[in-house]
Formats: sequence, structure tokens, C-alpha cells
Amino acid sequence: MKVRARFTKIGRVRWTSHRDVARMWERALRRARVPVAYTAGFTPRPQLSFGLALPTGCESVAEYLDIALDDPVDLTELAQGVGSLLPDGVDVVGAGVVETGTRSLQEDVSSCTWEIRVPTVGPGDLDVAIERVLEADALPIQRERKGRNVVDDLRPSVLALSCAGADAYGAVLLAELGTRPRGVRPSELALALGVELGLARRTCQWIERDGSRSEPLLADPTGTAVMWERAS
Amino acid sequence: MTSLWPRIEPLLAQVTKPARYIGGELGARRPVHAPGRVAWLLLYPDTYEIGLPNQGLQILYEILNERADAVAERAYAPWTDMEAAMRAASVPLFSLEGSRPAAEFDVLAFNLSAELTYTNVLNMIDLAGLPVRSSERAVSDPLVVAGGHCAFNPEPLADFVDAFVLGDGEEAVGELTAVIGSWRASGASRRDELLRALADVAGVYVPSCYEPRFEAGRLTGVTPRVPGVPERVEKRTIADLGQWPYPKQQLVPLIEVVHDRLNVEVFRGCTRGCRFCQAGMITRPVRERPAAQVDQMVRDGLDRTGYDEVTLTSLSSADFSGIGDVVSSVINDPECSGQVSVSLPSLRVDAFTVGLAAEIQKVRRTGLTFAPEGGTWRMRQVINKLIREEDLYAAVDAAFSQGWRRVKLYFLIGLPTETDEDVLGITRLAGACAEIGRRYHPGVTVTASVGGFVPKAHTPFQWFGQNTIEELRRKVGMLKDAARRTRGVTLRWHDPEATAAEGLVSRGDRRMGAVIEHVWRHGGTFQEWSEHFDLGLWTSGLEAAGLDFDDAVYRHRDQFEVLAWDHLSAGLHRDFLWQDFQEALAEHGLEDCRWTPCYDCGACTGLGVEHMVASATPPAGGSQGTGQDLATAGAVPVRFLETAGAGAPSSLVGGRVP
Repeated sequence: MKVRARFTKIGRVRWTSHRDVARMWERALRRARVPVAYTAGFTPRPQLSFGLALPTGCESVAEYLDIALDDPVDLTELAQGVGSLLPDGVDVVGAGVVETGTRSLQEDVSSCTWEIRVPTVGPGDLDVAIERVLEADALPIQRERKGRNVVDDLRPSVLALSCAGADAYGAVLLAELGTRPRGVRPSELALALGVELGLARRTCQWIERDGSRSEPLLADPTGTAVMWERAS
Repeated sequence: MTSLWPRIEPLLAQVTKPARYIGGELGARRPVHAPGRVAWLLLYPDTYEIGLPNQGLQILYEILNERADAVAERAYAPWTDMEAAMRAASVPLFSLEGSRPAAEFDVLAFNLSAELTYTNVLNMIDLAGLPVRSSERAVSDPLVVAGGHCAFNPEPLADFVDAFVLGDGEEAVGELTAVIGSWRASGASRRDELLRALADVAGVYVPSCYEPRFEAGRLTGVTPRVPGVPERVEKRTIADLGQWPYPKQQLVPLIEVVHDRLNVEVFRGCTRGCRFCQAGMITRPVRERPAAQVDQMVRDGLDRTGYDEVTLTSLSSADFSGIGDVVSSVINDPECSGQVSVSLPSLRVDAFTVGLAAEIQKVRRTGLTFAPEGGTWRMRQVINKLIREEDLYAAVDAAFSQGWRRVKLYFLIGLPTETDEDVLGITRLAGACAEIGRRYHPGVTVTASVGGFVPKAHTPFQWFGQNTIEELRRKVGMLKDAARRTRGVTLRWHDPEATAAEGLVSRGDRRMGAVIEHVWRHGGTFQEWSEHFDLGLWTSGLEAAGLDFDDAVYRHRDQFEVLAWDHLSAGLHRDFLWQDFQEALAEHGLEDCRWTPCYDCGACTGLGVEHMVASATPPAGGSQGTGQDLATAGAVPVRFLETAGAGAPSSLVGGRVP
């Protein structure tokens, strides 16, 4: 049996890395005595598969994890049992059974929606920057890959940008960013826009199929997914 | 109470590993500060990853937070990028739990585990916003105290730390809290009154109450400057480890740290008597934790933390009387379902131990480490590490035959009486181990890890003149050449320059404080880290202080020379240490005194405590000279050895632990 869980990463815990989050899950699953399947061999590892890495420092209300299990479990018990053992800010907000043959999160997710605070810039100026980026033919950026400097074009992965007003933390930028061939980090988008990056929060991950898109858990065809409202 | 968090968080985006500064560990306490509570900030003068697992700090953290009259938080040394960001934003050193400024605490308490971290101690006092020198601190400033193994020669930090605690801290922290609390309740008008009152607490050394005297550039004594303080400060020793089942709630960090697993201390103290080992000397006598309590702590700890690995900690865990029972009870527990592994640091070198290791590392069989320390039997008798060559080969054979592919061997160079033959014995021994391994697998590796010996206070080698940088470099060079010619052997070595600097502080007297301050003032923090270590700063600091390496480090001390720690006692008679040094020079080893007559080192008699061991017989197969034939301990040609677990009773190899 394979279970997909949706969880958050909010508050101080956002400063931990993707790898740290994986280790938090491993410990919490052991403490909750969830019958996680292990790999064979001299160094058995729990069979957990995380989706797209969330950059350190970003928040998210839409993180996903697939857990392979040796025995079936009750989804509500699993989510609530493990959720109470995860650190503050990491809350399990949904769980569903993953059908055999479902593609992995890494393969399936094609874009993400972000809500990004842009401090020190008014909505008007942000609109100007957005327009400039959307009209650009290419957005070249220097990246380091395997120890070498390469130039990538961000433009194909910038799918949609808009300004949703402002609040006490700055102008609110909504962005939909593609994940292929490579994802765009909020920090890279901010660089392209020429603005300072404030708090960035991933709000959705999207799977595109036959021209329509859905979220990884609601995409569950069995309809067994359980979703909870976040308490806060 | 002030929380600095709103000013800290914006800095985190600028630094590497920002989660070092967010706290949030499982087991971290929500601190409740109140007028009636003495507020302790427990500090480790190295990075979060190195400091967090420190058991001493975690034990005191729990004990203090359980008290009604105390509250404790923690802080670690900010890495250089965070320090720069903090200084630029005028953010002082802060606690992880409450983001509270360090200067708002009553006590800053440092754990001293390594000499090269001392410049970080000064840096953290400075980052807290206090004058680094005790004499310049105001009555309203926090008290700065320190404990840990390095406190047994506190003189190099005597100008910066107000009080040191020698030995076990479990009881002492409560007594310090009471003294500080009542001083504060009485109006807290004079700092010297507090310091004087602290000097009356057993095990507490207040340097400002003592005067070091020098004649012709040599220390002639450290004597009381005020009436009534003890001429000699004796260390603290808790009699029964079973009464202190701490940590009960080991901290589980959000990020990866060293020793990232459950740690359960199975005994404190060691009587193997390795003459280079300060930890073994200053923590005597041996006090074992009852096996049932170990078992309970392991079970509760695994349940609570979710760790899948537990280390049974001590200076030589295979010597724990109940080791077999504890290990088999953990690994055969269906709850652990084959997913929990056990590790034992400081493996005794014999096939029995490897059998044990095979049993406990069913889950993750990566590498095994042994510490013969000396390359020849002669050398090992000098340092009293009585490992027979035959036993080492049997252990290595057992390891390779049971699936391990990597073996690591620890050695020291620069030991007393060492010859080039002893040094080259290291690669010879490692080469023989690799040869044994190739019988089982063609690609085995044996890593010989070589450190330069630094003589330590309160050990038989405290009189010995450390090897110079040049001499250590020559020996390392010799080993590099030999390792190149030896199949299957990889050599690793410690920087001889860092070894020299460690030697300055390890046996330094109060004058070394100026050198430490010089290094710190010139930006020399994180001297434990090779990318930051700078010998030039230490050399210029010595020059400025009118000192030099020859006199401070390389010179042999004579029997009657005053040593910088003679006014402090780890329970060991100075005569015993000198006699043991003479035995060393005569190449004469001493058996483990747990199972043989007493050598009267002083630790048991002086402290009124005895070795608390559950088993009156030495371990099966003998150990550290006990129950072994030492006449045949020297070099053995590998080709004469039997294969497949030679020397190990067959029932132990891959089988159950008896």
C-alpha cells in the first residue's frame, strides 16, 4: 500500500532544508509505529519519496510525500498520529491512497503556484516589473551546475505573474512557475524582476493531464483522500 | 524579557545552515523566567552541529530546568557568516529557546571539551556584550563559569572565566544556583563577594582568589590570595550514576549534527590506564549504570526520539559488565524489528568484541574502528595500551570475515621514547591488516588515522616535552612514504601545527591567557577548523607575551617543577603519576585495576568512592593485560595466522552474544 500525504512547512521550521524535513518524517513515522516499508540490504532505508524540493527559507502549504507501507493503515489515524509528532509548523493536512502505477511526484508535478511578498515596492512598481518580465523573450540567468557556470533561460518556466495588492509585509506577487526542464526558485524570479525577495510561500503544486490540471492529492482517482482544514 | 527574534530572522536568509539558530529541537524546554529563578545560559564554544550532542551540556540543561530555583537555555557559537551579520545588525549573542540576549542571564556557563575552542569562548563573551576579562565586568554582568574536561587545567582561561567547576557537574550546578540566588536576594551589590562565596563550594575554582607566582620566567606556585579558600581544589565526583538517569529527554535536533543518534551513558570513568589519555585519568573511579537502567533508557529513548541508532557511550563500552545482555535485549526486541542498530565507541581490540559488533551491526555494517594507538608492542607498553598484535589481527580477521570492508585504525605519533621503528610500525600493522582483509575481499581498505600526541594535565605524561612541528612533520612524511608502498592502506594525519597550538593551551599557565586573547583579537576564531586555524596568530601572540614554543610546549618538565594545575586535584596522587611515567619509560605496562590489586592512584581512596562494577571478573578473553599472556604480544607474521575468525571462539563469531 502506498499513501500520499500533504503537509505544510510554516514558521521557523522553514529554515530547515529539504533533507532535514525528510529526516523529521522518518523519525515521526518510527515514533508513530507506522509500518513503513524498508529497502533491503545492509543499509535499509524507509521507502519515502518526496516531491519537488522546497528551497530553504520558503514556506509551503502544499508539500507532498509518498510513503510505501508493509501493511494497510487508517488514513486519518496515520495523518493525525504522525502529524502530532512532527515539529511545529509541519502539519499533515491530507492523505490519500496512491494507486499502483501512479507516476512519482517528481515526474508528475509540472508547475507550482507561489505567493511571494515583495517588501519595499508598491503594487504599481511591481506591475511594471511584471510586465517587463512577461514581455521579455528570454530571461538568462547564471547558475552553477556540477561545479560549472551555465546560463539558463527562466522565461519558459515563468507561466503566469500577477500582483494581488499589498499588505503590511509588502506587495503580494502571485506566480505560477513551471518545473520543466528546471524549476525556478523564488529568489531567481525576484532577481529577474529586479525586486527584493520577502517571504515566499508555495500554495499549490499542479499536475497537468489531458489539458486540465489538478493537485496531487485531489488527483487521486480512488476518491479516498482525506483533507483537513488547517487549524490556524 | 526581550525576544530578539524579529531582529534575528532577517539575518537568516544571509547565512549558511540557518537552522543552526532556530532551536525547536524535540526535548527543548519552553523557558519560564521568574524573579526567584537563576537564569543559566549553557554555551558550547563551537558550532551547533558539534555542540548540540554534547551530553554534559544536555544533562545540566535538564537538571537545571527541573529545579524550581533555576531556568536554563542554550546557545552555540555562531558561524563566521552569522557572527558578521549579527555584528553588522548589532544583534548580541542570544539563546535558542527564547531568543533572549545573553547579557540578560545570570550565568553564562561554558562546556570546555577542546583547547582550540578557547578563542571562541572569548568571542562569545564579547558577542554577549560583556568585557572579556573578568576583572572588567560590572556587578550587573552575568557570571561566567566553565566546566568539562579542559577545566582541569583552567589557567589559560583564568583571566576570562569567573569560576570553574572540576569534575561531575550534576550536584555542583544546584549548589552554584543556591549561592547565586542568595547573593542576589541579599542585594547583589559586590561581585567579589559572590566570587568568594562560590570558592566555598566544593569543586569550584575561582581564579581571582588565587595568585600565580613566577620566578625567572617559570611558575613557582598558584596560592590563595584571600584567606579561607582551599589551597587545593578537589574535583567533584558523583558516587552513583544510577541516581542520575540523564538525559531523560535527549534533544533531537531538526538538522543533522555529529553523533546524531540516541546516546546512553553506560559508565563513567576508566581504569584501563592508558597513559596518554586525560579522560581516563580525570574521571576515575569507574561507575557503572545498572544494566536494567541502561535497558530502560535505551527503550524509552528510542520510543521518544524515533532514532534508529543508539550508542552506548563511555570511554570503553565493550568493558561494561552488562554489555551482552543490554545489546541482545535491544536487537532481539521485536519492537525494533531489525531496524535499530547499536554502536559502541572505543571498541576493545579483540575478536570477542568484533563478535559483539557483528551481532549489533546486523543492520548497518559500514566500518569498524580500532585504536591500537602505538605501532609496536614496545610502544604500546610505554603508553599502556596493552593490545597484543595477535589480538588485533584476530579482531581484524573476524571483522573482514563477517562482511566489513573498511577498518580504521587510530594511532598517535610523538609519544615518549618513540623511535622511527615505532612510527613505521603503524604502516606495517595497517598493511598486515589489509593483507588479512584481502583473503576475504580484494578491495578492502585499512585507514590509519594518525594524530600528534599532546601531553595533558593530570596524566603520567604531563611532564613530557611534546614533539616539535618539524619532528611531527618528519614522522608524517615517513608514514606517507611507507603508506604509498603499502597496498590497501590509506593514511590520514592531523595538522602538526594545530597539534603545537593545542599543546600551548593544554599545559599553559596563566600567562597563556594573553596569547589566547591576542589570537582572538586578531580574528582567530574556530581554530579547531582547518580552514580557520592560523599558526601565525599563535606565534605572534607568544612573541607579544614574551613566551615561546620551546619553553611552553617542547621542553621536558622535571619531577619537581611546579605545574600550572598542581593546585587542583583530579583525585590522583602526583607520586602515582610520576611513578607511572617512570614505568612507561621502562616499557612496563600495568593491568586494568578493576580486576587486579589497587595501584593506589588516589582516585578511590581520596574520594571515598569505589569502582562500581557489576561483574567481579574481567571480560572473556582477557583485556588490558588482565588474563592475557603478554610474553607473546609482539609482532606476529600474518602468514602464520589461521583464517576465518582466528582467535575468536567459534560460538561468538556471527553467533549470539553469551
